[in-house]
Amino acid sequence: MRSPSCRPSREADAVRFEITKSRIEPAVLLPALEDTAAGASVTFEGRVRSQNEGRAVLALEYEAYEPLARKEGDKILEEARAKFSILGVACFHRVGRLELGDLAVWVAVTSAHRAEAFEASRYVIDQVKARVPIWKKEHYSDGSTGWINCAPSGPPGPAPA
Amino acid sequence: MNKTVVVRYFAILREQRGLAEEEISTAAATAREIYEELRGLHGFSLPASRLRVAVNDEFGPWDSEVRSGDALAFLPPVAGG
Repeated sequence: MRSPSCRPSREADAVRFEITKSRIEPAVLLPALEDTAAGASVTFEGRVRSQNEGRAVLALEYEAYEPLARKEGDKILEEARAKFSILGVACFHRVGRLELGDLAVWVAVTSAHRAEAFEASRYVIDQVKARVPIWKKEHYSDGSTGWINCAPSGPPGPAPA
Repeated sequence: MNKTVVVRYFAILREQRGLAEEEISTAAATAREIYEELRGLHGFSLPASRLRVAVNDEFGPWDSEVRSGDALAFLPPVAGG
């Protein structure tokens, strides 16, 4: 796993997608997006919640197909840059075992004005959830577990953009 | 003639197979045929219609010819976020 200190820089960190086994620390990550031209900074935090579809959840496990997840994540951030007039965009997704309240995914967007930052952050989280090869297993209070979205019947996954 | 391919499994497929990666020898021509062959052997719950396939770390087509030495990954429905 790459740590922030040894990771090669990519456009001064203005565009950055990472899969990480470590805790996501927004306060550490946000300074890379600082830009005096940015009048708006929108962040989204996806956290582990205690209930899903009426069942009490104790913990989650996330698993990623890392080479493809990184490529698809990079593609989504580039799409966000092309679609919206933004200055910086970053997304971190954690993998491994997470406890209730832990930060699972973090998106940050900076732009001159707020509308673009709101729209782009919504685009990034929606696309990450739909396309990036990451899977989630819930551990329930009764000791059982379940892979989310993996019932044998159901819609096929969306086609790649 | 049989070809040798590497197959990687994730999430529910990894658990149902009991391993994350294996090298197989197969006469099947396409990724779809390889998945059906493996599903018959290992009883995977998910039909191919619920999966996507990756060939050599890129999303790939189900029905193209797989070559010896390719690395396939069968991807269950994703659930990030």
